Amino acid sequence: MTQTDRQTQTTAAALALGDDALVLSHRLGEWIGHAPVLEEEVALANIALDLLGQARVLLSLVGDEDELAYLREERSFRNLHLVEQPNGDFAHTIARQLCFSAYQHLLYERLAHADTVFTPLATKAVKEIAYHLDHARQWTLRLGDGTDESHTRMQNAVDALWRFTGEMFQPLPGLTIDWQDLRDSWTKTVTGVLGEATLTVPTGPQTGAWSAGAGRQGLHTEPFGRMLAEMQHLHRSHPGASW
Amino acid sequence: MATSAPRHPAAPRTTDDGTGGDSSDAEARSAAFQAAFDAAVAADERIEPRDWMPDAYRATLVRQIAQHAHSEIIGMQPEANWITRAPSLRRKAILMAKVQDEAGHGLYLYSAAETLGVGRDELLDKLHSGRQKYSSIFNYPTLTWADVGAIGWLVDGAAITNQVPLCRCSYGPYARAMVRVCKEESFHQRQGYELLLALSRGTEAQHAMAQDAVDRWWWPSLMMFGPPDTESAHSAQSMAWKIKRHSNDELRQRFVDICVPQAESLGLTLPDPELRWNEERGHHDFGAIDWTEFQEVLKGRGPCNEQRITQRRRAHDEGAWVREAAAAHAAKHSSPAATREGRAA
Amino acid sequence: MSETPAQNRDTGADSTDWPLWEVFVRSRRGLSHTHAGSLHAPDAELALRNARDVYTRRGEGVSLWVVPSAAITASSPDEKDPFFEPAADKPYRHPTFYEIPEGVKHL
Repeated sequence: MTQTDRQTQTTAAALALGDDALVLSHRLGEWIGHAPVLEEEVALANIALDLLGQARVLLSLVGDEDELAYLREERSFRNLHLVEQPNGDFAHTIARQLCFSAYQHLLYERLAHADTVFTPLATKAVKEIAYHLDHARQWTLRLGDGTDESHTRMQNAVDALWRFTGEMFQPLPGLTIDWQDLRDSWTKTVTGVLGEATLTVPTGPQTGAWSAGAGRQGLHTEPFGRMLAEMQHLHRSHPGASW
Repeated sequence: MATSAPRHPAAPRTTDDGTGGDSSDAEARSAAFQAAFDAAVAADERIEPRDWMPDAYRATLVRQIAQHAHSEIIGMQPEANWITRAPSLRRKAILMAKVQDEAGHGLYLYSAAETLGVGRDELLDKLHSGRQKYSSIFNYPTLTWADVGAIGWLVDGAAITNQVPLCRCSYGPYARAMVRVCKEESFHQRQGYELLLALSRGTEAQHAMAQDAVDRWWWPSLMMFGPPDTESAHSAQSMAWKIKRHSNDELRQRFVDICVPQAESLGLTLPDPELRWNEERGHHDFGAIDWTEFQEVLKGRGPCNEQRITQRRRAHDEGAWVREAAAAHAAKHSSPAATREGRAA
Repeated sequence: MSETPAQNRDTGADSTDWPLWEVFVRSRRGLSHTHAGSLHAPDAELALRNARDVYTRRGEGVSLWVVPSAAITASSPDEKDPFFEPAADKPYRHPTFYEIPEGVKHL
């Protein structure tokens, strides 16, 4: 592999990770003003801000952060389907957080210990993500083992999002990671939390015919286009303007 | 030994200690308490939650702190309206952090109100049912991105002018909450100003957007200081109690004087043809405020009153099952909490 | 403390109001924890996490305590005299009580 190939792969990986963080941050930002309790407004915004910070560092490894965020078409985004899924109720948001934070934590832990362009970011971010995972875990336990209603909602949420979780383990070229090992650890973490929360680990497939690696290839789910339309509209309405 | 109890008795221990004593004894005690309270206020000492205080003082504080807290959380809405559309990632981060701060400030203030013996759920219920108010300014819509800047510069600017003196308010918990709020809010106004500056110096369309926002927000910002002193229902008593330190008109004038040169540096105009420097007074004269509009908005007929409360109630109602779930979980797992989290150290 | 938490008295509000917690923040090592404010949380774990988000957003703390507000016993202002006045007439607890000849150092 030539130096250029390696560079291209690193760029692609940075874009994929950056898009994950950007898109999830945006979704969490949609909660602001709508959270179930004031304390949770602050908590969700904290997570959204951490993710946005990570996204900015990662996108800046690729090019101009705003050009990348605001001027790419839907087909050029490389984020996972999981992170673009609409917020749904609080249980859906927590299930999405649990699945993604567990993945991101394991991934960044590994990146923090490898010697790559991602190491400095991963070293800093892994502490933030540990907190995100803890937040998701705490809420999964409370919703799963709370009332009958919350249990049902949480179980529905996990079931609904399960089919988007397989995509996370598609190897990202440019990252030297034992993906099978990452997958095993993820499964252990997530099934552990679900069990503790008295929830059933879904038995359905973790990928669909469409979702296998699709987000990473630029094939997204329908709600994502509308999310981008909202996110990009103002920036695109004033070409070349600075803000 | 703690001097302030966290959940405070709704009524102070005065004459109802049940230890007997005839009514003239009780009256004498009551007069002594009143005298001690008056002396503390006169000496610029802080009143703390478990001190005796007149019922009307307590009621005024609850009303004002609650209204202030409600304003913080309703005030999240007009700005949150633009989080998903912020035109750069830097602006998006700033805006999210700012709206998050407002949630935090609401929280500090609710906790100050709770020291007076009212629960947050009770206050929220009063907000949701319209029995307690929030600042009318948040009943105006944010129509363009520039409104985010105008809110930061003018609305937060007016709020800071109001709030800085509250850091010396006679009621300790409120004053302490305000110190924290004011410290954090200094960035709010600056980011708004910077945002408007970027627009004003940007393209023609951006400049126009900024001017339009200032045109729409200027007068409502002036109304934030409340009715003129001659018509202000609560002012005189609040000033005597040192809850309030300056009159509405005094603070409004201070704000106008601060804004005029700032607008010039922005390259934007303030929408008041009568605005000019008065050498004799050493202040700017400004045009008459449309108090009819103020009253209309206050009565619930502003552009967004309905929408703001509906969203707030919806968030609260839709969150009910989450709060219930967490409470149910806590009840099921009520082993001594402290030992699970590790000892204090 | 004899006061019970102010229970919600209004109809229509939650029956599951989360309890109130007092938050104490150690701003840096070497200082003691100081009362910062309060918040609501269903249990200690979430109280601690909420305290982190609400009271240390700007790096104000290195350590946190959360205490159920109901667990705090406070002195009453009514007891001010018996509680605090005896301390005021024990000047021998303060170093300035003692006269030391001029020139004596490190004391």
